[in-house]
Amino acid sequence: MSADLDSTHGTTKTAGSTVGPTSPEQDSAGTPDPAAIEAVRRELDALLPEGALITDHARLRTYECDGLAHYRVTPALVVLAATAEHVAATVTVCSEHRMPFVARGSGTGLSGGALPRADGVLVVMSQLRAIRQVSPADHRAVVEPGVINLDVTRAAAPFGYYYAPDPSSQQICSIGGNLAENSGGAHCLKYGFTAHHVTGVDLVTPDGSQVQLGGLAPDAPGYDLLGTVIGSEGTLGIATSVTVRLTRSPEAVTTVLAGFPSTDDAGAATSAIIGAGVVPAAIEMMDALAIEAAEAAVHCNYPDGAGAVLVVELDGPAAEVEQEFAAVRRFCEENGAFEIRVAADDTERALIWKGRKSAFAAVGRISPDYIVQDGVIPRTALPEVLRAIAELSGSSGVRVANVFHAGDGNLHPLVLFDAAQPGQDEAAEEISGKILDLCISAGGSITGEHGVGVDKSAYMPRMFSAADLDTMQMVRCAFDPRHVSNPGKVFPTPRLCGEVPGRHQGEHPLAKAGVAEIF
Amino acid sequence: MAPVATDPMAGLSGTCADVRQGDAQDAVDGVGPAYVARPGSTEETGELLRAAAAYGLAVVARGAGTKLTWAAPPTRVDLVVDLSALSAVVDHAAGDLVVVAEAGCPLADLQAAVAPAGQRLAIDEPIAGSTLGGLIATNGSGPSRMLYLTLRELMIGTTVVRADGVVAHSGGRVVKNVAGYDLGKLMTGSFGTLALVTRAVFRLHPVPESTAVLMAPAADAGDAGRLAAAVIHSDVVPSAVEVDWPGGGGSVAILLEGSERGVAARAEAARGLLGAAVEVSAGMPGWWGRYPWRAGEIALKLTCALSGVPRLLATGRDSGAVLRGSAGAGVLYGALPAEAADRVVPLRELCTSLGGSLVVLDAPPEVKARLDLWGPVPALDLMRAVKDQFDPDHRLAPGRFVGGI
Repeated sequence: MSADLDSTHGTTKTAGSTVGPTSPEQDSAGTPDPAAIEAVRRELDALLPEGALITDHARLRTYECDGLAHYRVTPALVVLAATAEHVAATVTVCSEHRMPFVARGSGTGLSGGALPRADGVLVVMSQLRAIRQVSPADHRAVVEPGVINLDVTRAAAPFGYYYAPDPSSQQICSIGGNLAENSGGAHCLKYGFTAHHVTGVDLVTPDGSQVQLGGLAPDAPGYDLLGTVIGSEGTLGIATSVTVRLTRSPEAVTTVLAGFPSTDDAGAATSAIIGAGVVPAAIEMMDALAIEAAEAAVHCNYPDGAGAVLVVELDGPAAEVEQEFAAVRRFCEENGAFEIRVAADDTERALIWKGRKSAFAAVGRISPDYIVQDGVIPRTALPEVLRAIAELSGSSGVRVANVFHAGDGNLHPLVLFDAAQPGQDEAAEEISGKILDLCISAGGSITGEHGVGVDKSAYMPRMFSAADLDTMQMVRCAFDPRHVSNPGKVFPTPRLCGEVPGRHQGEHPLAKAGVAEIF
Repeated sequence: MAPVATDPMAGLSGTCADVRQGDAQDAVDGVGPAYVARPGSTEETGELLRAAAAYGLAVVARGAGTKLTWAAPPTRVDLVVDLSALSAVVDHAAGDLVVVAEAGCPLADLQAAVAPAGQRLAIDEPIAGSTLGGLIATNGSGPSRMLYLTLRELMIGTTVVRADGVVAHSGGRVVKNVAGYDLGKLMTGSFGTLALVTRAVFRLHPVPESTAVLMAPAADAGDAGRLAAAVIHSDVVPSAVEVDWPGGGGSVAILLEGSERGVAARAEAARGLLGAAVEVSAGMPGWWGRYPWRAGEIALKLTCALSGVPRLLATGRDSGAVLRGSAGAGVLYGALPAEAADRVVPLRELCTSLGGSLVVLDAPPEVKARLDLWGPVPALDLMRAVKDQFDPDHRLAPGRFVGGI
């Protein structure tokens, strides 16, 4: 699994590693307790089938990282779960011993969300890969969490349906991982994220119980625990079955590639398209440096001399797509597009997308190392934030390639550096952190789709107050009072679940109002 | 430590300018509060709830009060927090298709504020006058949920005041954002039992250039199912597929939205799917997006897998229920006469067998007292644990929600 990733993502790292009071590696790796590990090993060995428990150090090491290879921790034990019962048994034993566990799907995550614990168990879910049911009449499929994202679409396609969320890694990433991260993808501008396409899960809660949240129908009675679990990055339990919504395959798809003199022009075209009420399936932008990298890597033959390109995809009823295409063409031309190409067939469409989807890996061609960020800004802030990034780049000499989902303001700046050159590593991390600060001050977010994981947990206090994080962790305490489910991720500081909330915050309002003095 | 020998009225008044004694008009589903406070800001709501916590007061939030009889009556109410002063549309970022509004803002006011920019919050208003907070608390939805889903998906940021008065936020002002837990989803449909939502951020959608409604009569449930399925599984991409089922037949109506030429072409295609008796119009039929019950009836929300809708319609008619709702989402609303309360259990069993559930939203008090409003709730223990974290003293709308929460 990790071999796939290395070829896809090369040497990546992100800015999270040098910020915060302690480095995330120290924080989240844990200190192994040999006696506890041996006790858990013995119990799991008795409960699981032969071959399901990995204890050999060399094999354990193959699981030391996910898609963010910068962070590496060898897990104490690995369980290759093949059934929900294996997962429940493993989690129960962990809970009883208060031993951390981390679930892992295909290991493609880009925030270290599946980074193992040295003092815990890694539960590998990729053998739970059955597509249990495809029900086009219900617009649903029921799949196990290890199922590959694209395989859901492949199973639904003969009926005229597909699974809409399409992260760039959809050929290898798993539905369980998508659920944990609330994964998006290029087409989430129109179709939404994983949270919009999952209607039920079977969950093993952090104490090992199995519960059903949601199902085939929407709006199950009670609290929306399903909506809370989606995107919780494995901190509220492990899903063993996922019911997903299937979407009707569009009648028509038109993919447009437009070359612009600058990112300002391409950004203005984007604003004009959205402002006119057109909702494309996707609007992606790449700047000159990203185009250069993509050309070097996959020869996508983007327009010569473009300071920026837009990839705009329109889909839906043929009659609507035709109208929308006319509008998109007009807005691109009005905003300085010097070349507009339309994919004539699926092969041409694939080539247009190849340049965009290979962009992360492609920067490896023009830079030995890079940091990928995932900040989000309000779309209207795009021009000023891009200018600020260019200024940061110019004044520091650190190159930044910009690839992003322009329609929803989700930036993926690629900060390029050469770790072999002294000081470049630090300079790149500094720029990367400043870019996240730009996103936050523009009213955006530190992560649009990659998740917080270990990588950005230190940035959470820049976006959320202590009370905000404390309140989120009340949910954590309800699900996982023993703090064993993927601890060290998302939140920079764990909340003690026994605490009574809010008793010591500021002056009491009655005292302040002068009404009461004695408490 | 509790306050000593001070009058709660004075204590509450110290935190919020507008506090009065409750009267009969303020009763929440028959349970009268001692006090009613009308805070003017999130901060003031926080102070108020801290004071309420100090006095151990049970608190129920109120918006326009259009759905206060829904769910179970609270076991006690000391303080009603009237959020009608928190009614501002705080910020409309038209270029970003985002709006920030306070919980007491009527949905209609928000729509009016964003309409000049050609935008809307893509949620229906089944009960006129509903506020955003009321819709969030009850997870209100209507026909457009088929394409646009529900408030929980449209709400991208949430500000809440906890039972202990602490103000907390989640989400933000951008549509795409996976930082931290999504507390907005947890609040949606929680009937005010976890925290008070005071402000929310929503994503908006453009108002379509053109719309068309096509309506076809259906002689029986099988017929209705076939008509709905023909459209649902076609390429016309309806925004809504609704069924109105008063009994002894009914109708299927679909909504198309888009460009003028696009809608015309799609309406033509849909016409072929819906048969010869189809009527095309630019406006919705009178029943569109309205709940089917009248005062004094038992109000139901029934869900099932899409393919189960025809069976639900057939059984509903046999049970004497009037059904109406989204065949495209598998969410129907139903009305039963008060004397037909014994039909709730078999209808619920059918919904459950079809992959869904049945909730009694409202009923006359004596009927409600005899009914299990929620039916089986998987993961109830987890829900109780969440409640215990957010509201350890069980003072927020106690007893109103599932399992007596």
